[in-house]
Amino acid sequence: MLRGEALAAMRGDRKLFTDLDFDLHAGELLYIAGPNGSGKTTLLRMICGLVIPSAGQVLWKDENIHTLGEEFRADLLYCGHLGALKDDLSGLENLRFSCRLGGTPVSEDEAVMALSRMGLAGREDLPAKVLSQGQKRRVGLARLLLMRARLWVLDEPFTALDVGAIELLRETMRTHLAGGGLLVLTTHQQVEIEAAAVKRIEMGP
Amino acid sequence: MNGGTMLGAMRSVLARDLMLAGRRPVDVVTALFFFVIVVSLFPLGIGPEGQILHAIAPGVVWVAALLASMLSLTRLFEADFVDGTLEQMILAPQPLSLIVLGKVSAHWLVTGAPLVLMSPLLGLQFGLSGEALMILALALLLGTPALSFIGALGAALTVGLRGGGALLALLILPLCVPVLIFGAGAVDAAATGMETGAHLSLLGAFLVMALCFGPWVTAAALRIALD
Amino acid sequence: MAVNWFKYSSPPAFYPLAGRLIPWFAAAAAVLALIGIYVGLVVAPTDYQQGDSYRIIFIHVPAAWMSMFIYLVMAVYAGIGLIFNTRLSGYMARALAPTGAMFTFIALWTGALWGRPTWGAWWVWDARLTSELILLFLYLGYISLYAAIDDPRRAARASGLLALIGAVNVPIIYFSVKWWNTLHQGASISLTKAPTMAATMLTGMMIMAVAAWCYTIAVALMRVRCEILEREVHSEWAAEQLAREAR
Repeated sequence: MLRGEALAAMRGDRKLFTDLDFDLHAGELLYIAGPNGSGKTTLLRMICGLVIPSAGQVLWKDENIHTLGEEFRADLLYCGHLGALKDDLSGLENLRFSCRLGGTPVSEDEAVMALSRMGLAGREDLPAKVLSQGQKRRVGLARLLLMRARLWVLDEPFTALDVGAIELLRETMRTHLAGGGLLVLTTHQQVEIEAAAVKRIEMGP
Repeated sequence: MNGGTMLGAMRSVLARDLMLAGRRPVDVVTALFFFVIVVSLFPLGIGPEGQILHAIAPGVVWVAALLASMLSLTRLFEADFVDGTLEQMILAPQPLSLIVLGKVSAHWLVTGAPLVLMSPLLGLQFGLSGEALMILALALLLGTPALSFIGALGAALTVGLRGGGALLALLILPLCVPVLIFGAGAVDAAATGMETGAHLSLLGAFLVMALCFGPWVTAAALRIALD
Repeated sequence: MAVNWFKYSSPPAFYPLAGRLIPWFAAAAAVLALIGIYVGLVVAPTDYQQGDSYRIIFIHVPAAWMSMFIYLVMAVYAGIGLIFNTRLSGYMARALAPTGAMFTFIALWTGALWGRPTWGAWWVWDARLTSELILLFLYLGYISLYAAIDDPRRAARASGLLALIGAVNVPIIYFSVKWWNTLHQGASISLTKAPTMAATMLTGMMIMAVAAWCYTIAVALMRVRCEILEREVHSEWAAEQLAREAR
């Protein structure tokens, strides 16, 4: 379903990677591993369509993602290492805005429910600037509970989370994969996630 | 994707930016104060002679409005870029140009509209007649949104760059020349009792053009900036 | 003879071709400029109204033409680069910008020199001069934006977009400035409408214009060669090339 063909990326004048291929089907998980600066985030952003490959192409349902455009983006959920939270808005407002932006408007009750499942019950109305790093990440990840995207692309999702939150996130990922979703992620932590198939890409130094 | 959700994304961006501006009202009044102060500096630099002030009033108010909108526009995409929201906007399943339209509209409502409302008062300081004051406000009403669209393009091209503000001015001010000429020209014509229709319709034409092409080109610039 | 021109749109093929072309264009520019200056300063008759001061048009007019042409050519290259995602066109656009800015500056400077004896002032807000000034700002904006962005690909694409927007706006700016000028009854003696231009004057100007073209091409090709080597220094062919040139 998601396929990369002979992908190459440059950073400045330097080649980050070349001739990278992968193929991912429903229910499968793709780990992207490698040291810092090996181009993991660039590859994730390329899969999302933010970075245009200097060679090769990314295909979704056998069509180039840039040709598909909005159709592809409706199936996509990307969590970068930036949380996309506004300090002046509350967790609830932030969550509802990002869902609407992603094309899935949610009611206030649904959003409150998702936040409390993420362990933020009673803190929905606090402005994001008073939340801790981990709590901010939880607000960002609450989107995973609400949006119905087929393909999740997550950049270091376990960073700054405590044991309980990691467990919750694993559970969420398992449900997503079991329902035929696709998951691409980078992580430094060793977290086991059951999937129909687990694939790995080792990025060079 | 039906039309309702498409406009929905634009509306929610608009609503969110207005809400953010409401929580940080300082940012809103800064541009307005800048506008007022720049206009008020001219009599101090030139002298209180009514005749000269009357002659330069249209140009002074327009140049100040131009600078004030450029000043506030430098930050248009910066905050969203820094916290990652801009990425999410590009990845949203709606046309990015509509999201840009929402952002620019919010920005104009917050910083452009106050300039329009304040301008007759400033014109009064320069001894403009009643009709000229009306034309001044009308010309700014047509011109400042066009400036916002042009400035948004510059903001998109310079997002995330060091020294963005000065660079933005360098890129964008030459492109604002037509709006400045016809905007100030309209007020000038009104002050000297001439026909203002041609000026205003040309300003309107610029606005329509900026409205049609601006968001689209700005969206392209944003995609390049985040590549 | 069938030549595959697309072959030359790739940097490794273009680099040696550019190297072979540069001497020819440089030589042509030098020879034509000498002839043009000779025609302009010696052969062309003295103007009965303006005396000898008009002779600056042999530099001024070609420079003004070039300033506008180069911006247009730059925008076309930028457009090709954006649409077809070709590296070389981005390099070309970038390589043309400094020369375009230089010609714009020369046009302004010589315009001022010509204006002093003719209008009695170094600078008048004439429609042509004003548009030329704005054109200089557009060039400077393009160059600054390119220089401000570290990533070469983003730099080429962002400034390419700016060049395209500028090119679309140049006619609008020109006509609004012209309108503004007639409205404010400014001085409106036109530089290029020199009364009854003698045929030799026109010839001299044309020769100078062709010389300016050859100069532009030679200089742009030199810059493109540098840019190519700098950008592709990590690729094999560029490394070989550098090794060969070091020998």
